[in-house]
Amino acid sequence: MRPILMKGHERPLTFLKYNREGDLLFSCAKDHNPTVWFADNGERLGTYRGHNGAVWCCDVSRDSMRLITGSADQSVKLWNVQTGAQLYSFNFDSPARSVDFSVGDKLAVITTDPFMGLPSTIQVKRIARDPNEQSSESVLTIKGPQGRINRAIWGPLNKTIISAGEDAVVRVWDTETGQLLKESDKETGHQKTVTSLSKSADGSHFLTGSLDKSAKLWDARTLTLIKTYVTERPVNACAISPLLDHVVIGGGQEAVHVTTTDRRAGKFEAKFFHKILQEEIGGVKGHFGPINALAFNPDGRSFSSGGEDGYVRLHHFDPDYFTIKM
Amino acid sequence: MMAEVVLIEDIEASATRLGIDLSSVDLDSIQLPRGEDFGIKSDDDDDLYQEDPLEFEAGFGNIIVVDNLPVVPPEKFEKLEGVIRKIYSQIGTIREGGIWMPVNPDTQKTLGYCFIEYNTPQEAELAREKTNGYKLDKSHIFAVNLFDDFEKYMKVPDEWKAAEIKPYTPGENLQQWLTDEKARDQFVIRAGSNTEVFWNDPRQLMPELVHQRQYWTESFVQWSPLGTYLATVHRQGAAVWGGATTFNRLMRFAHPQVRLIDFSPGEKYLVTFSSHEPSNPRDTHRIVINIFDVRTGKLMRDFKGNVDEFATGGSGGVSGISWPVFRWGGGKEDKYFARMGKNVISVYETETFTLIDKKSMKVENVVDFSWSPTDPILALFVPELGGGNQPARVSLVQIPGKEELRQKNLFSVSDCKMYWQNNGEYLAVKVDRYTKTKKSTYTGFELFRIKERDIPIEVLELDNKNDKIVAFAWEPKGHRFAVIHGDGPRPDISFYSMRTTLNIGRVSKLTTLKAKQANALYWSPAGRYIVLAGLKGFNGQLEFYNVDELETMATGEHFMATDIEWDPTGRYVATAVTSVHEMENGFHIWSFSGKLLYRISRDHFYQFEWRPRPPSLLSAEKEEEIAKNLKKYSKKYEAEDQDVSMQLNEQDRRKRKMLQEQWNEWVTKWKQLHEEERQLRIELRDGVVSDEEEEYEAKEVEVEEVLDITEEVVAFDLDQE
Repeated sequence: MRPILMKGHERPLTFLKYNREGDLLFSCAKDHNPTVWFADNGERLGTYRGHNGAVWCCDVSRDSMRLITGSADQSVKLWNVQTGAQLYSFNFDSPARSVDFSVGDKLAVITTDPFMGLPSTIQVKRIARDPNEQSSESVLTIKGPQGRINRAIWGPLNKTIISAGEDAVVRVWDTETGQLLKESDKETGHQKTVTSLSKSADGSHFLTGSLDKSAKLWDARTLTLIKTYVTERPVNACAISPLLDHVVIGGGQEAVHVTTTDRRAGKFEAKFFHKILQEEIGGVKGHFGPINALAFNPDGRSFSSGGEDGYVRLHHFDPDYFTIKM
Repeated sequence: MMAEVVLIEDIEASATRLGIDLSSVDLDSIQLPRGEDFGIKSDDDDDLYQEDPLEFEAGFGNIIVVDNLPVVPPEKFEKLEGVIRKIYSQIGTIREGGIWMPVNPDTQKTLGYCFIEYNTPQEAELAREKTNGYKLDKSHIFAVNLFDDFEKYMKVPDEWKAAEIKPYTPGENLQQWLTDEKARDQFVIRAGSNTEVFWNDPRQLMPELVHQRQYWTESFVQWSPLGTYLATVHRQGAAVWGGATTFNRLMRFAHPQVRLIDFSPGEKYLVTFSSHEPSNPRDTHRIVINIFDVRTGKLMRDFKGNVDEFATGGSGGVSGISWPVFRWGGGKEDKYFARMGKNVISVYETETFTLIDKKSMKVENVVDFSWSPTDPILALFVPELGGGNQPARVSLVQIPGKEELRQKNLFSVSDCKMYWQNNGEYLAVKVDRYTKTKKSTYTGFELFRIKERDIPIEVLELDNKNDKIVAFAWEPKGHRFAVIHGDGPRPDISFYSMRTTLNIGRVSKLTTLKAKQANALYWSPAGRYIVLAGLKGFNGQLEFYNVDELETMATGEHFMATDIEWDPTGRYVATAVTSVHEMENGFHIWSFSGKLLYRISRDHFYQFEWRPRPPSLLSAEKEEEIAKNLKKYSKKYEAEDQDVSMQLNEQDRRKRKMLQEQWNEWVTKWKQLHEEERQLRIELRDGVVSDEEEEYEAKEVEVEEVLDITEEVVAFDLDQE
C-alpha cells in the first residue's frame, strides 16, 4: 500500500513507539514536541508540550495511560497520554538519552549523557501510581561505560538492564545490586557505536544496530550472539517483526556526508532481513535522509519509519508481504 | 643480556658493611680504568652493534672519503681545507665540523685523504658521483668513495676463492595457476591494510581466497604482464611473489624509497623509480631509476640525475616526469627500451644495456613517441615549428636500423595522440587541427596500415568533424575501433572497421549509436564485445554491446563505479568503486553479456587487478577449429556447470534446514522460560493476568456524542391536508 506520509515534526525524527494495542503511534523528534498519531490512518491526535530541547526517546505504559519522554533539556517527563498534561518532571544535570518502562510499569530506566565532566549514567526511578506521590529519587544509579549510553532496556522480569552505546559493548546489569553481569565479546561484538536496541515481542531476544554497518541479534538472558545482519550503511535504527521472522534495519550515510549528486548514493532504505537465514529480503525506499527510527506495529501488519528528513512514513504491508518465500 | 642484575638493596648493604655513605658519593665522578668494564655491558660495546648492523650502516652512510689529495705541511693545511670545502659544499650541506683531514703525527703533514660528513646519505652519494675523478691538478685526481663502501672493500678477502657451485634444485612451477581445473582466473584486491588474491568463481557466485596478507605492500601491488609475478613496493625496494601453491617471495630488488615500478612486456626486467627531495629547496628533485633482471635480481643498469633530465615534454617545461620514463619496445622479447630527452630519443638494447650505436637518435623538438606493441618500430610526433613554416610530422622508425619507414606531414596541428592496435597491425593518430580562424580545433584520424606494403595511410574524418573525441579504442586482435564523439552530455558512439565487405583496404563505418551515457570504452580482450561505460558524471552506467551483431546485450549500473577491467579471457568484467569515493567501496563481477554475478563490498577499497595470462599456446588454426566446433567442447563444461549448481542447491537447502532447526531450539527454550516466568510476571503487574501472548480483543465501540440539541416549534398547518 502507499505509505502514509506524516509531516508533523519540523526537525529530524529520533524515536518511534507503538502502544500495546497498536492503535497509537508516538513519535519523538529534535523539535521539542513528542506527538501521538492514529497508527491506522496517520491522523495526528496531539502533541505533548513542555520540553525545551530535542526529545530522544519515549515509552508508553501498558495501559496506554502514561507516556514517559527523555529530552536533551536534561529532563524526563511523565505525561497523561489522553489529555497531554504533564504529570511530573525528573530533572538531571545532563541530557536524558533513553527511557524504558519496566514490566508492570512501576519502574523506569533512564540513561543520561556524559556532560560537562559528568560521566554517563543509567538510573532507575520508581514510578508512582499517583503522580502526586511521585519522587525524583533514584532507586539505582549505574556508572561505568565510557561515552554515551544510547539505549538501556529492561531484561526479562526486570531482573536485568541491558545497555549499549558509544563504546560498542552490550552490557547486562543486575537491577538489584547494579553489578555488571555480562559483556559482549569485543571480537564478535559490534566494532563501532551501538545506535539502537530493540526487544522482541516476548523480550527473549533483542536486536542492536551499530555504525559498523551491521545489526546483531542477542539472547536477552545469556547475551549470546545469535545472528548478524550485514548492510552497506551505518545502522541507526532496527526493529524485530512480532509476526514473521523478519527484522528491519534502517540508517544511511551520516547527514554530513550526504552526497549532493544522487539520492540513491545515500541508501536511505529500510532493509528487511530474514531473521533466521540472515538474508536480505528487500528494501523500502522513500526517505531522503538517513532513517533514525523504526517501529513495528504490535500486530506485525504495518511499520513506521522516521527520518532525518522530518517525516514519519507509515507503511501498511501489502498482502504479498505475508507470503514471501525465502 | 648477560649482565647480572644487582639490586639496590644489595649495594646499600655492602656500602654499610664497608662504611661508605652512599649519599655522599657522586656516581658520575667514578671513572673506570681503560679497557675494564667489570663485566657490565655498555651500550657502545661491539657485540651490541653486531646485533643491529643496519643502524651502524645508516650512521655512516652520509660520510665520504676523498683520496689523492695533495700532501701539505701545516702552513698550507687551512688553504687546502678551504679548497675542499668550496668544492664539496656546492653539492650539499656539510655538517658542522664535517671535514676531517688526518695529519701524520710525526711529520705534521696531511696524509692525502680526508673525510666529509654530509647531512644526508643522498648528498654523500651525489658527491661521490660528481667528484670521483675530479682533477684538482694533473697529479691529483680525486678518488671518492662512500665510507660504508670502504668497510665493504676491506672485507674483500685477499685470496680468490672459487665460488661454490650449488646443486641445481628445480624451482616451483610459477605457472601453476594456469592449470586450474575449472579454468578460473585470479585477481588481486587491496582493501584496508589487506592484500588478497582470489579465484573468480562464477559458478559459486563468489570469490575463493587463494592468499591473504596484511601489510603486503606499502603502496600498491602490480602483476607482471604475463601474470607470473605479483610485485609489491616497500620502503627498501620492490619484491616479486609467486609460486605453485601459494605466494612466496621470489626475489627482492633493493631500491630505497622506490615509488613506481614497471615491468618489461616479456617480464624479464623490472624498472624501479624513486625521486628524492633535495636538502636544499632551491635544487631540483633527484631521480634514481634502476633496471633489474627479474629472475636473478641483478641490477642491469641504473640512471641517476635531476628531474629536469628525465622530464618529458621536450621543451624542458615545468612538467614532472611521466611514467614510465622508459618505454619497452619490440614485443615480448624485451629487446629495446627507449626514453625521450630534449631533442633526442635514446634507444637502449638489453644485450649490453647501452645505447644503440652508442648514441641517441636526434629528433628536433620531438614531444611524443610510442612503440609498436609487437615490432621494433617507433612512432614519433614532432609538432609544428617556426609558426607553421615547418609542418608537424608523424614518422615511423625501424629499430635498430633507425631508418624511417614512413612519414606524414600535417598542417595546422594543435595536438596529436597515437593509438596502436595491440597486434601492431594498425596505428591510429588522432590529430587535432586548428580551424582557419585558429580559434577552435577539429579532429581527424590518420590510419596507418603497418603490415601492408609501403604502409598506406588513410584519413578519416567523422561525419560531423567538429565533434569532440571523448574516447578511442581499438578492438584487441581485431580490425575495428570505437569512438565516442560529441559535445553534449549524451555523446554518440561510432564503430568503424578497417575492412569493407568488398575492398579490404578501406575504412568503413559500421554504425553510430546516438545519445549514449558513456565516456569510456572497454573492449573485451577477445574482441567482439565492448562495454560502453559512463563513469564519473554518469554515475556508473554500463552497456554491454555486441559489435558482431551490432546490438546491445544488456545494460546495467554500478553506481559510482570508478574502474572497469575485463578478465584476461574476456569472459567476465569487474567494475569497482575504489576509495576515491568514501561510500559504495567494493566491486561487482559481471558476465561478458552483462549479467551481474556477484557483489563484494569492502571499506577502503584501493585496487582491483586481474591476473594477466600469457598468450595462448594454441595455433591460430586450432583456435579457429575450436570456435567452429564450440558445441562439442562446451558440452563437457555445461554438464559440469549443472552438477555444480545441483550441488549448490543441495548445500543451500541443507544449510537453511540447519539454521531453521537451530532457531527452533532457541524458540523452544525461550517459550519454556517465558512460561516458567509467567507467574512472576503477573505478580509484577499486580495480578493483571493479561500476558503478551494472550490475545486482546478489538471491540468496535460506537460512541454517539450529543453535540447540541435545539427544539423548534414547527407550525402545523392543518390546512395542508
